[in-house]
Amino acid sequence: MTTTDSPPAPAAVRPRQRRSGDTERGFSRVFRWISTGAGALLLGVLAAVALFLIVRAFPAFTAGAEQLHDAGKVPGSFGSLLGYVGPLVFGTLLASVLALVVATPISVGIALFISHYAPRRLASIIGYVVDLLAAIPSVVFGLWGVYVFSGLVGDLWVWFADVLNLILGANVEASPTGRSLATASLVLAVMILPIITAVSREVFLQTPKLHEEAALALGATRWEMIRTAVLPFGRSGVISAAMLGLGRALGETMAVLMILSPGLSYSFQIFDSGRHTTIAANIASRFPEANGLAIDVLIATGLALFVITLAVNMLARWIVARRKEFSGAN
Amino acid sequence: MAQRIDVKDLNIYYGDFLAVQDVSMTIDPKSVTAFIGPSGCGKSTFLRTLNRMHEVIPGARVEGSVELEGVDLYGADVDPVAVRRTVGMVFQRPNPFPTMSIKENVLAGVKLNNRKISKSDADELVERSLRGANLWNEVKDRLEKPGSGLSGGQQQRLCIARAIAVKPQVLLMDEPCSALDPISTLAIEDLIQELKKDYTIVIVTHNMQQAARVSDRTAFFNIAGTGKPGRLIEMNDTATIFSAPGEKATEDYVSGRFG
Repeated sequence: MTTTDSPPAPAAVRPRQRRSGDTERGFSRVFRWISTGAGALLLGVLAAVALFLIVRAFPAFTAGAEQLHDAGKVPGSFGSLLGYVGPLVFGTLLASVLALVVATPISVGIALFISHYAPRRLASIIGYVVDLLAAIPSVVFGLWGVYVFSGLVGDLWVWFADVLNLILGANVEASPTGRSLATASLVLAVMILPIITAVSREVFLQTPKLHEEAALALGATRWEMIRTAVLPFGRSGVISAAMLGLGRALGETMAVLMILSPGLSYSFQIFDSGRHTTIAANIASRFPEANGLAIDVLIATGLALFVITLAVNMLARWIVARRKEFSGAN
Repeated sequence: MAQRIDVKDLNIYYGDFLAVQDVSMTIDPKSVTAFIGPSGCGKSTFLRTLNRMHEVIPGARVEGSVELEGVDLYGADVDPVAVRRTVGMVFQRPNPFPTMSIKENVLAGVKLNNRKISKSDADELVERSLRGANLWNEVKDRLEKPGSGLSGGQQQRLCIARAIAVKPQVLLMDEPCSALDPISTLAIEDLIQELKKDYTIVIVTHNMQQAARVSDRTAFFNIAGTGKPGRLIEMNDTATIFSAPGEKATEDYVSGRFG
């Protein structure tokens, strides 16, 4: 930093206290151990889970096509573990990304409404409702999805597919039952809405007044103020929020299991049933019947989910860090 | 480029609380007017009513009129957004947009409202504004770098460049040097002398020497006590305020007896 006149950096004071170790006594020291321990515990748990997944999945990696087939757990048409995991990964990613694409703009909209548009009373009511949405168990979402929502959107999907086929000459298939990936994605979108909204709202509320006023003083309308000051400030927070939501969508089990009529294919026919399933839903549906190598195969798919989640988070961090220079943190 | 401001019988409220009472004054074009007074006397509040920035705070309202070249800023058909384009503002703490480069910061106000500007016009405007803010030579080689990487004084001049890029008539400055060191302060004060050739400038300052150095006219605000409204005590040529003030309170304040 080239500042000649910034406020005196407190950092200049802190190391001095640190260096003379005798100032850190009593509870200060205890607290350091507690917080270090908490951090280490987290890493330990993560490592234990990763280790478990790798060790238990290992037999599935080394098993031959015959063995896998004999175990009866890789459906006959797939010759290898990869051929089995592939469509699962595809279905998981497709459902989650669709959910994210639907939920993120709506969440950002709600968050902005709460933080910058709504009168205070209305804002707190809406905030409360959004938090309530987060408290609904996923199995309830599943029931609602099966008995209410899929019936409603099923007809819509059929109509939608007809229109697309007619106009674009596409070959879109739709199931009138509505138990398709599109339906599952919409329910997932509703489920991840609260977390994205809540985090975005907090970030938007933290926009420095100074920057908002800077925009307003330049003659910005409220939307322009949001565009110049609030959104750029909240950008990394919104990305983090979206990734939290994506994490939840990737791992969501019950609702998807109940809504989606499963299938294994690399198909973009999201309005048709029996085409896709997700890793988590697949594990949940097959686990009760599985034994031996079949369990290892399911754990291997779990490992794939673990890797995807890690990759998604690393990607998010990379996106956030890319424009760190402009984040205002310096 | 510069316009005069006439304030008549202005009362400023936050909800039911009367913050500033009964201010009337005339601010001359192409001059520097300083507002001085103890903390909480309402000078910043009053300054913010000159471009309707006080309305950002819920419940804030005014009675009376503020006329810019005869047009009431609080008229029924006047858009506060348009007012703020005419009456620019520089804040106490430098506040360049942290996510924007130096160049983007200068152009921020111009690009509002989806106004399109060609690249050559933009480059010219950036140079002109930064030259106007005495910052061009220091930043011309790093226009794409973030504005938050500059020193505090440079950031404040960047904010001034940003404000003058939208070609306002009036420039309000709310303690623009209070977060700056003496060297940067001097740079800003020199800049104010340059700017007054083109703009009407109103500056709030806690620093009486600064008011004496930069302003042509000075207004002294005071409050009778906590919870009481702030009032304009006296306004006159700066030299008069500091040498032969008409009011006892002004004399006490400028001579350092309180505040």
